Amino acid sequence: MPEKKTVYGGFPESPAYIKVKGLTYVYNSGGPSEQVALTGVELEIKKGEFLALVGPNGSGKSTLARHFNALLTPTEGKVLVDGMDTRQAEYLWEIRQRVGMVFQNPDNQIVSSLVEEDVAFGAENLGLPPSEVRARVDEALRLTGLSEYRNHAPHLLSGGQKQRLAIAGVLAMRPDCLVLDEPSAMLDPSGRRELMDILTRLNRSGGVTVVLVTHDMEEAAAADKVLIMSGGRPVREGTPAEVFADEQLLRDVGLELPVAAKIAHRLRRRGFLVPDGILTVKDMVSYLCR
Amino acid sequence: MPVIRVENLTHIYSRGTPFEVTSLDNVSLEIQRGGFYALVGATGSGKSTLVQHFNGILAPTTGKVWVCGIDVANKRLRRELWRKVGLVFQQPEHQLFEETVFDDVAFGPRNLGLSAKEVRERVFDALRLVGLDPDEVEQTSPFRLSGGMRRKAAIAGVLALHPEVLALDEPAAGLDPLSRRQLMERIDHFRMDRGITVVLVTHNMEEVARWADRVAVLHKGRLAMEAAPREIFNKAEELRAMGLDVPATVELMLCLQARGVPVRTSVLTTDEAVEEIAGLLNRT
Repeated sequence: MPEKKTVYGGFPESPAYIKVKGLTYVYNSGGPSEQVALTGVELEIKKGEFLALVGPNGSGKSTLARHFNALLTPTEGKVLVDGMDTRQAEYLWEIRQRVGMVFQNPDNQIVSSLVEEDVAFGAENLGLPPSEVRARVDEALRLTGLSEYRNHAPHLLSGGQKQRLAIAGVLAMRPDCLVLDEPSAMLDPSGRRELMDILTRLNRSGGVTVVLVTHDMEEAAAADKVLIMSGGRPVREGTPAEVFADEQLLRDVGLELPVAAKIAHRLRRRGFLVPDGILTVKDMVSYLCR
Repeated sequence: MPVIRVENLTHIYSRGTPFEVTSLDNVSLEIQRGGFYALVGATGSGKSTLVQHFNGILAPTTGKVWVCGIDVANKRLRRELWRKVGLVFQQPEHQLFEETVFDDVAFGPRNLGLSAKEVRERVFDALRLVGLDPDEVEQTSPFRLSGGMRRKAAIAGVLALHPEVLALDEPAAGLDPLSRRQLMERIDHFRMDRGITVVLVTHNMEEVARWADRVAVLHKGRLAMEAAPREIFNKAEELRAMGLDVPATVELMLCLQARGVPVRTSVLTTDEAVEEIAGLLNRT
């Protein structure tokens, strides 16, 4: 009997922006070092959603994320971005423009020796008139708080600023969706804060769909939804409160609770009636000061 | 007894060019033998520049650095220095290059002129220390391993040199929470077991709170603070002004205190935070 398929994500009333159907991805397919990275992934990401993609190293998070803008295309199954099949070459540029990627190492994403030129790079390649490029660059610099650095050399920026620069370059292409693969892994605490502030703002007020691949459970707790990957497939999806309520599952897949949730969990084990849904320091403080 | 002594160290990159940058500005500190020393600071504060002096990759522009009694600027003692100080760079997996994991980890020990048998023992020992099964991975290409395993293999290559000082620059960045914790546990175990000194560069304040016995805070190339973690994290405002933060446990206690709840702010670990709140709930 075929296994019942669970489709993760998406509210019924809102259309899926990215649809993943039966996605299997095999690295070096047919070769001697063939490696299955994803098997039978079903997923829907709706417009305007902030999704955190978590899971241990090797669980397939990054491979999945690279399918969202056709950096990788399915070995089996399909990925639709706003209805466009990522395997069809004629949609490639449209998809890449609509879904922008930001990677872990900010130094690998710099292409120019001047901040504003770096931001303009992608937009210029869209063949827009110079005035339009200029307007978009101004907007992207403003949204990422980099306006005052426009004439600086990118390599002299801090790590957090470099990641904001990478985001600005993507924003200048006016994407619907930002996919970020562990963007905060190399950042210092203030860089992380800056990055999360900007992502939250772009999502809430700019309506940008955000997919954040992260190992930081505090960051995942700030998303609308969390998807846990393990062994090449999604194993749980829900609101942060739902997902972080299952401590056993998290432990099984090698993840951890956010610190405040961990404290709440241990207090419960000691018999204190601590309510569910405490995820952040703020939640814990409002509970204790109720 | 200090195993590392830094005296008035200043390091200037690209000196005499328009790109001149003072990365370290008159830094002095001592690191005790056998300790777990954390170096923290915002991006660009000079942490990586400082650790790269510890095995002579960088030489002081002015000032002195002694490691295990060796002046790191003395080029004739460089080989001896490399034997004593193992440095794990950021993203060390990018430095894997051999065809098998065994050959990669064996590269350093072979250069030390050890016998094949000794090399093999050291490689297996180092792989086990980082949590890789030698029998399983020795003949595998490092490029077939997952990111986390590649990181571990790269660290094993440094451990196989049996360093007296192990300096690690963000060794856990990009690892999942479980691998991160296991790696730190293993490093600390290795430290106690072999009596070595660990110097850890990290952005993770939870890790500092959990593992370090001493912390140096660098800010714009200067040494801003140097103390035990408990003292350092007592200065939340100053840390935040320097682009850093306190662990979530400390933040929780500070928020509670700001709301008039009587809690101690010297809490560091999750266990301590649980105790403190349990005490609070018992009183109400």
